[in-house]
Amino acid sequence: MIPMEHYLIVSTLMFFIGIYGFITRKNMIAMLISLELVINAVDINFIVFNRYLFPGQLEGMFFTLFSIAITAAETTVALAIIINVYRKIGNVNVGNINKMKN
Amino acid sequence: MDATINLIIFYALAVVVLSMSVLAVTTKKILRAATYLLFVLIGTAGFYLMLNYHFLAAVQITVYAGGVVVLFIFAIFLVSSKGEVIEPHAKRKVVLGLLASVAGAAVVFFALFKHQFVIDSANTTMIGDQEMNMKVIGQALIGTGKYQYLLPFEILSVLLLACIIGGILIARKR
Repeated sequence: MIPMEHYLIVSTLMFFIGIYGFITRKNMIAMLISLELVINAVDINFIVFNRYLFPGQLEGMFFTLFSIAITAAETTVALAIIINVYRKIGNVNVGNINKMKN
Repeated sequence: MDATINLIIFYALAVVVLSMSVLAVTTKKILRAATYLLFVLIGTAGFYLMLNYHFLAAVQITVYAGGVVVLFIFAIFLVSSKGEVIEPHAKRKVVLGLLASVAGAAVVFFALFKHQFVIDSANTTMIGDQEMNMKVIGQALIGTGKYQYLLPFEILSVLLLACIIGGILIARKR
């Protein structure tokens, strides 16, 4: 049996790699990809806590299931907004988004 | 012997997932970032399989690898010209991001190693070959009792409908 901490170390590292990408990227799609990494790390945490600490229950699994579905919905709307931004201002860098308010 | 093989598979998956995550946030080509994200998501499905959540691994691969990544790739095709390189970010921002993530990781690791998790070793469901029964999952998803999830399930379907309508409304050509 693999120690629980090993999974948690992997998910923590993945989480903060995602945070790093979210801070340093300029392209909005690349930022969204970093956000996926963060959400994925949290999903791993839910599953690991469910399996190791409460193996008789299903809460962590259903949280992850709903989290995956909500992430898919969120990504759809975010990409629709990004495509719309591209039509309006011609690129997808976050620095140019303040032009949207005019 | 079995435990050793498990450990080797786990470390291989961890190395793949972490290196692909680093590549996904550092690569200059946006399409490559999406491809590396695909590998990260498949590796995560491997973790779910190792923890005996087979249904969840299937959902992860169909929804993420089959849906979200394809969506990403189409959006990238729509918004960027061929061979376009992501603008290099300012040096100060990179240093700040590195500092923030290293500090955050340090705090989380401190809490993680300080805390002693109470693992019930007598429980046999975590030892290995016990697969989650599909009947149990289905009844928990479509039930109204305690620890059953009919209401979130239905709300989720309304949310997906709202997202379809909103996506069409935002992204359509005027």
